[in-house]
Amino acid sequence: MHIMEGFLPWQWCLVWYIISIPVVAYGVIQIKKITDENPESKPLLAVSGAFMFVLSSLKLPSVTGSCSHPTGSGLGAVLFGPAVASVMAAIVLVFQALLLAHGGLTTLGANIFSMGIVGPVVAWLIYKGVKNAGGSPLLGIFLAAALADLLTYVTTALQLSLAFPVPTFTVAFTNFMWIFAVTQIPLAIAEGLLTVVIFDYIMKLRPDILETLKVIGPRVKEKVKGVV
Amino acid sequence: MDSKYYIVILAIVAVIAILPLAMYSGLGEEEGYFGGADDAAGTAIEETGYEPWFSSIWEPPSGEIASLLFAIQAAIGAIIIGYILGYFHGQANERKKMEKEGEK
Repeated sequence: MHIMEGFLPWQWCLVWYIISIPVVAYGVIQIKKITDENPESKPLLAVSGAFMFVLSSLKLPSVTGSCSHPTGSGLGAVLFGPAVASVMAAIVLVFQALLLAHGGLTTLGANIFSMGIVGPVVAWLIYKGVKNAGGSPLLGIFLAAALADLLTYVTTALQLSLAFPVPTFTVAFTNFMWIFAVTQIPLAIAEGLLTVVIFDYIMKLRPDILETLKVIGPRVKEKVKGVV
Repeated sequence: MDSKYYIVILAIVAVIAILPLAMYSGLGEEEGYFGGADDAAGTAIEETGYEPWFSSIWEPPSGEIASLLFAIQAAIGAIIIGYILGYFHGQANERKKMEKEGEK
């Protein structure tokens, strides 16, 4: 999903920067607020960021015969809200742009938008939706993480076809969707499964923090309490 | 969910990662397999006649260095996750022990 350095016309770089900067700034304020109100959640903040670090470094082969990587943004978004996940994504993307020539500084705004905004917002909405419909938290986190991953790549395809509608937007979009989104389907499922494991483990160890963060209700908390 | 299912889930993830390797066994980068999707998109863009207007300020000088940096990225993440979840795990055990002693 990384758009390579210099591979977007400068007007588009600017557009995505303008959209992304306020969200990341809001995320920084949110982090301050969450850690002030609930200092016990700090270690979980680190775990979600670290989870994103690990997952986005794993380039996995896919059935289409090319390689791509999961994003890991679902966990942070579900635990702390999408804006906080945007900040984490921004940190990961800066690291990769500076040290790995993966993505880039000019395309940073666009990459934050796909990995740090669209993905987390999707994850957050889906998790909320499943929770409100009475579904289990594990089903919620699976769908949230998998679809956040997939839609991140759909967004990249969309961004590229908006910038390069050659010969037409539809043809370009189909082309980029094939490169990114189809490759991503099995990886999205893998990411969903991995997120389920870490989420379930956190839920068993510290259901109290998840309840304070309003991720799980008191009933689920009673159920998982004392399992470990 | 019982912890024993973790193994099953992780095994499924391993299958998802290994299956493509088995499907295209014997084929490599020269035949156009297992390149990055990011690069594939870059090639598709260059085919439209677009010239990138900016290039990375610093690039890992070789594939070896790049894999070193990727390994460091994964290691940083993994050590944080392991440390904190291990800490939580110890806390949970301790809590359980105290509850047991309280019952006596």
